[in-house]
Amino acid sequence: MRTLWHRRGEGPWPWLAAGSVALSLLMLLALLLLLSVRGLGHFWPDEVALVMPQDGQPFAGVAVREERIPGGEARERLYFTGNHDLDGDRWRWVEVSAIAAIRHPAELVVLERSRWGQFLGRLVAVVGDGERHSGEAAWPALQARLAELDALRDERDRLRDDVVVPLVRRLENSGSLGDAESRAALAAAQARIRELQSAMGGDTLILESVDGRRIAQPLDLVLRAWRPNAMTPPQKLMAWSEGVWRFLSEGPRAANSAGGVWPAIFGTVLMVLLMSLVVTPFGVLAGIYLNEVAHQGPLTRLVRIGVRNLAGVPSIVYGVFGLGVFVYGIGGTLDEWFFSDRLPSPTFGTGGLLWASLTLALLTLPVVIVATEEGLARVPDHQREGALALGATRMEMLTRVVLPMTLPAMLTGMILAVARAAGEVAPLMLVGVAKLAPQVPVDGDFPFLHLERKFMHLGYHIYDAAFHGDDVQAAMPLVFATALLLVLVILVLNLTAIFLRHHLRARHGAPRW
Amino acid sequence: MSVFTSSPAAGGPIIDFAASESSLEIAGLSIAYGEKSALRDLTLRIPRHRVTAFIGPSGCGKSTLLRALNRLHDLNEEVVRRGEVRLEGQDIHAPQVDVAELRRRVGMVFQAPNPFPMSIYDNVAFGLRLQGGMRKRQIDDTVEWALQSAALWEEVKDRLRASAWTLSGGQQQRLVIARTLAVQPEVLLLDEPASALDPISTLKIEELIRNLKSRLSLVLVTHNMQQAARVSDYTAFLQRGELVEYGPTQTLFTNPRLRRTENYITGRMT
Repeated sequence: MRTLWHRRGEGPWPWLAAGSVALSLLMLLALLLLLSVRGLGHFWPDEVALVMPQDGQPFAGVAVREERIPGGEARERLYFTGNHDLDGDRWRWVEVSAIAAIRHPAELVVLERSRWGQFLGRLVAVVGDGERHSGEAAWPALQARLAELDALRDERDRLRDDVVVPLVRRLENSGSLGDAESRAALAAAQARIRELQSAMGGDTLILESVDGRRIAQPLDLVLRAWRPNAMTPPQKLMAWSEGVWRFLSEGPRAANSAGGVWPAIFGTVLMVLLMSLVVTPFGVLAGIYLNEVAHQGPLTRLVRIGVRNLAGVPSIVYGVFGLGVFVYGIGGTLDEWFFSDRLPSPTFGTGGLLWASLTLALLTLPVVIVATEEGLARVPDHQREGALALGATRMEMLTRVVLPMTLPAMLTGMILAVARAAGEVAPLMLVGVAKLAPQVPVDGDFPFLHLERKFMHLGYHIYDAAFHGDDVQAAMPLVFATALLLVLVILVLNLTAIFLRHHLRARHGAPRW
Repeated sequence: MSVFTSSPAAGGPIIDFAASESSLEIAGLSIAYGEKSALRDLTLRIPRHRVTAFIGPSGCGKSTLLRALNRLHDLNEEVVRRGEVRLEGQDIHAPQVDVAELRRRVGMVFQAPNPFPMSIYDNVAFGLRLQGGMRKRQIDDTVEWALQSAALWEEVKDRLRASAWTLSGGQQQRLVIARTLAVQPEVLLLDEPASALDPISTLKIEELIRNLKSRLSLVLVTHNMQQAARVSDYTAFLQRGELVEYGPTQTLFTNPRLRRTENYITGRMT
């Protein structure tokens, strides 16, 4: 019996090849695992430790990591302590051997606040409307008030996004003070928002840090509260899924270092879809021309080599090209012709969704052309001759036999283009991505899709949160989570296209070329 | 031109049918791929409602000749042609000829079965739909008729909507023949139609060829001498781009006039 180890004549090649595949897969899996653990782990309500150092005040914190102190055997541990307003810092290193005791008291609370970040400590009392809930009653009262606040906040946000912002934009664009009707509607909406705002305010939490300092915390700045040490695993899972959901569905806060990424998800997907819409027909037609129509002479070969080499041009070069040609050139001209009343503030003459999509379409064009050409070249000659021999013209042969057979290859080109475009960040910085654009470029306001608006992008969000925040350490888990999300978004987009391709192939039992 | 023409130098065609009975006439046809000559000064007539076989060693130019008869060479910009081909007396290279119409009248079946990646029904209806102007009912009827003519109807009538690529090789080749018959050509060119098939499928195709000659003229290119002997009425032997001998199959196989022909058909190729 010849075993796998002793296949004669093949030498080490099968092992080298299999090893390369295994290594690539392992690296990919390791990357995904790292992103998942570091990103998704962030939303898990970790236990809060009450740390008593041998000297000094006790503090509450979540252990993050441990490191050896350089030049010694001793180890130190990093705690996330929050309480930026009290301590002026959110992090604390402690030498492990200097810790006298660690306890996990059940009553420690973690508050997610829209200002100053998280609070870790004890809840003393909830004060509001002349009532005061303290002791055991404080926690249920806080939960109830937070639920009310959530409902109020939802109504306010809806009102602002669906009524106030479109009205304001319309009034701005009309250049005058607008008609009385919209001004009245705007005033009513703003009054209602003020009403909601005042209903939210008024209540105060009395909080106490574990070393005994008290603060009064306005309740309307508190978003969520939990007591991780008192939670059972199912409760933690609930809190985790709520955290993940908020991350996916909300806009960013605190200069992108906290909050969610919904506008970035939306912007990424929309931009990629627009790009596919542009690049696919364009690239497919170019591929058909090069392979089917053009005379196969030296000039065509030269063009083909040129197209293939375009794929290697650094993406930032496309960004510069897009900025010069699309934004300043075409956009500037459009502004002069159609939006001159709004100048000097640009409409299309600044980076936006349309220009970003077009720039990326240009960037991914070679991929689609090459894939289409290869698909066309793979259609056997006898299929073409079969069609011609039945009295088909060249055009009929193309549209009825050759192109249907090339469809899967075209979709492959689109998949590759999407994969490349969704991960691209550099050119976007020049042609339309924004650090913060909480309004997604689609709304109920005519023409519904706002191609001139700036948009957020997951890739740029990663770059911004990881390198431009004031507390990079705190934003890091969100960076990992966003990176994971970007990978997932690309995966979903690709799976959609792959499903479509499979469906097309299955229709005629065509083999996989 | 007399009824019996013969080219003394090459011992060429002995023809026992009148000029008016020929479907295709090839006159002084030469074809070259760029610098490389493939056919040299070929002259012969192909009879109507008969099977004419072209035999000869590989590279002798028989496929080139076949593709010249429906102008498939037009696609290749390298091909240089001299001489004439006439279909029912009309020059197929004349400027007023519609190439698509010519190819409908002169159908072709290739060596490898090439059904399109669509259903059996759509394959047969392909040529009909290209012509347009037919009702659904008419198309249905023609598809059935064509499949019956190609002796395939019984095997596929319950799965007309299935992909053509689910058929066996022999069935696929008969489907391609049905597809070609559907547009009712006057001439059917068969380029080694059975060389990729098993013996049973080959026999079916040969039987089909014999049955079809009542309706149209067939031109068969084959490597298989037995096949040429079994199905054809006339046989032309080509060598190095030249017509060596052409005559009724019976005569050519039993009593060839030239040593070259005899050597080839008895397998004594030098």
